[in-house]
Amino acid sequence: MIPLLLALAAIFAELSLLAFGGGNSVLPEMQRRFVEVHGWMTAAQFNALFGLAQAAPGPNMMVVTLLGWRLAGFWGALVATIAMFGPSSLVTGLALHAWNRFRHSPWRQAVQAGLVPITAGLVSAGAALIASTAAATPVLAVVAAAAAVLSVATRLHPLWLLALGVAVGLSGIGFD
Amino acid sequence: MDRNPPGPPPDSANTAAAPPTTGALFRGFLALGLMGFGGVLPMARSMLVDRRGWLTAAEFADLLGLCQFLPGGNVINLAVAVGLRFRGVAGAAAALTGLLAAPSVVVVLLGLVYDRFADHPEVRHAFAGLAAAAAGLLIGLAVKLVLPLRRQPVPAALALLCFLVIAVLRVPLLPALLALAPFSVLVRRWSRS
Repeated sequence: MIPLLLALAAIFAELSLLAFGGGNSVLPEMQRRFVEVHGWMTAAQFNALFGLAQAAPGPNMMVVTLLGWRLAGFWGALVATIAMFGPSSLVTGLALHAWNRFRHSPWRQAVQAGLVPITAGLVSAGAALIASTAAATPVLAVVAAAAAVLSVATRLHPLWLLALGVAVGLSGIGFD
Repeated sequence: MDRNPPGPPPDSANTAAAPPTTGALFRGFLALGLMGFGGVLPMARSMLVDRRGWLTAAEFADLLGLCQFLPGGNVINLAVAVGLRFRGVAGAAAALTGLLAAPSVVVVLLGLVYDRFADHPEVRHAFAGLAAAAAGLLIGLAVKLVLPLRRQPVPAALALLCFLVIAVLRVPLLPALLALAPFSVLVRRWSRS
């Protein structure tokens, strides 16, 4: 139990500090660690948990709590949550002190401009990896595509789009 | 949309309402955690600026700029920043705990439901549909981040390079970022000057 908790803490603490542009940017690495490196679950199980977490309210990285709970119960959930949100919060606190001094500094603006495309690339990679298993059948691919198009083209609440996916799944269309 | 006019704000907009107590910070972010589905940021602005008046619109934009630039979720960092600003470390802890408390409980309850009923084909299908829709939302988010780059060849190429390194070559994130982030910053500096 203790080695497992330590492994969870190490993984999420590292991802916490690498999560530039929000939690979704570390999704591919999270999946890689859980599925490929540690073999804790299949890619399909990881994606199912990600989908579940998206249906929960709050910040969009609650999959972390769910993954910790799944592997090591209450303590796993607690350790994973603290490890994911603690280190980046610490950095935020420290950075606040420097913020006003460096607001107009050219290097700060250069760093910010340089990170924009990286974030876009990371989030796209996460979307591709999740979609490659979560949308593997034709019907599920249509669901994913419809949710993507509607989320970009309309201001529909995301919960409606998730409910649409659940409705299609419940209908059983496209499952054997 | 912004209530505050451009230019130097009047005194009433410059000084926010009475600074919130640690308890008020906890309760404010607890409510925020319960409300925001699939993206808390618009809700966060309406709570902090419009409803509770803890920040002015300009202060919100300023803090959000910092939070986007730092690692971690925007709203997570925003909670820390707002808590810290009014009540120091205790305030930051209260805001962060408040924000995460309800979603943590809900997500574990959803996990319990999933475990309990995962054998039923209907439940399995429902969750497969849910996962597909969630993947679609993620694709939508990626599109929203990539679209603004479409007329800027250099950032677009950098984003594509990052995508290939992570999604296709599956390079571990730490070495990939250590190489890509400084590279991207340098390339963007050169391409501008």
